[in-house]
Amino acid sequence: MSYLLAPFAYDFMQRAFIAALLVGVLCSVMGTYVVLRRLSFIGDGIAHASFAGIVIAYLRGADYYIGAAVVAVLTALGIGYVHRKGKVSLDTSIGVLFTGAFALGIFLMSRQRSYTVDLQSFLFGDVLSVTRADLWLIVALGAIIALAVIILYRPLLFASFDPVVAEASGIRAPILDYTLLVLLALTITVSLQSVGIVLVAALLVTPAAAAYQLTNRFAPMMALAVGFGAVSGVGGLYVSYYLRSSSGATIVLLATLLFFLAVGLKRFIKRQRA
Amino acid sequence: MEAIALRDVHVCYDAFVALDGVDLVVGQGQALGIVGPNGSGKSTLLKSIAGLLQPSSGSLCVLGTSPKSLEPGAIAYVPQVEAVDWSFPATVWDVVAMGRFPRIPFWRRFSRADREIVNHALEAVQMESLAKRHIAHLSGGQQQRVFLARALAQQPRLLLLDEPTTGVDHATEEALRLVVRDLVAQGMPVLMTTHDLDRVTEWFDLLCVMDRHILAFGTPEEVVDSGAYAAIREHTHTHGHLRHDHAPHEGHADHPEVRPI
Repeated sequence: MSYLLAPFAYDFMQRAFIAALLVGVLCSVMGTYVVLRRLSFIGDGIAHASFAGIVIAYLRGADYYIGAAVVAVLTALGIGYVHRKGKVSLDTSIGVLFTGAFALGIFLMSRQRSYTVDLQSFLFGDVLSVTRADLWLIVALGAIIALAVIILYRPLLFASFDPVVAEASGIRAPILDYTLLVLLALTITVSLQSVGIVLVAALLVTPAAAAYQLTNRFAPMMALAVGFGAVSGVGGLYVSYYLRSSSGATIVLLATLLFFLAVGLKRFIKRQRA
Repeated sequence: MEAIALRDVHVCYDAFVALDGVDLVVGQGQALGIVGPNGSGKSTLLKSIAGLLQPSSGSLCVLGTSPKSLEPGAIAYVPQVEAVDWSFPATVWDVVAMGRFPRIPFWRRFSRADREIVNHALEAVQMESLAKRHIAHLSGGQQQRVFLARALAQQPRLLLLDEPTTGVDHATEEALRLVVRDLVAQGMPVLMTTHDLDRVTEWFDLLCVMDRHILAFGTPEEVVDSGAYAAIREHTHTHGHLRHDHAPHEGHADHPEVRPI
């Protein structure tokens, strides 16, 4: 028991556990839509692009999160616009824009003499460095995202399955699409410090993909995904504490392990039925 | 009041004119069949009436106003079954229940009355025994029935069907026809595109033949007697199904500009 509680002796570990739990849950809720609407590349693109925002905010002495959020939301809206207009193929436009923005971030960072470990922590994530203020921000944005998903649950579900019919029956599908992208951008923003730019897309996709293996209804899929995300976040942090490994990487590896367990379980159940 | 009134409606995709001056009037309690070759703008016409496409010119009046200003749920649009991903995590019941969503504001629960409406819709298309089945495990005819049941659950004031009889079994076609005729008898306006020219008199009160504009319009009998219908009919018999050798950008006109994200 003391072994289990040992990490909680430290303030920063308590904050880290809360952050990992919230990020795991939020990413899994949004991840359900990401998987069903095939947005994972968009998620990856938004995360990478936001690095430019983080660096610019750092250089101007502003809050990282605000820089990341502004760039992430703008990127999300831009991607949505390009997608809706459909003149340029989506993967091409994301490929061009997000690598460009990411390179801009690296470029600006490399020109700084004093450059710097804490910017790198955004690349690979460092949940242990979450401050009290960071945590409040995660809680506040998390509450906004959760509220939006509750209010928009039914229209989002309808539009995820059949956007054309949803729109014909009076659901404002274009506005919903943009809203979903903005929520995705905010989720990514609050997750950056915990799991990092490079790995956040994994936390968006993997728990929901694992849940998709085990159920074929929407609400149970989201619930299971949340469970997997929470276990990955908290469990991953535990493991990283004892193995002295990178927290973000350990969280994502645990989620990946859960995914393969889910695939195995699905096969097992199928064989039992056959 | 007419249910639908189009005057000189044009719809363009970039430079391609999909609808070139369509005039059309349909009253309450009338079923209109729309026939025409591939690429003739049949789906474009339905999508414009559903408010999914904006006419570049002309006037389009649906249930007394523009489609976008109707209350949520007023228009039920039944697309071709290929339009969605049938591996989506949902049962038959879940999909039909989505028909209720436009009618329920977010603060209201999915009530017992909603459940009964969904069950009734499933019974109307004889799918109640498959309510718990995952949608990935349905035949084409069953998918079409699910889509119609979803539209019924919506309790719309206008029903638009895009080739619901294409590729379905005879029993499904008959089930669809009975549901549609029942709705029409209750005063619902129904517009439906079709490739099946054999049973138009049993399905429809009105029939129109179109190729980017209306070539012939009237009762099915009248249109059958007109040359436009005969020309298409001949084409059909020669080639086995309707097609049009000179359709510009074939298929383009039937593809939606509404993209899922």
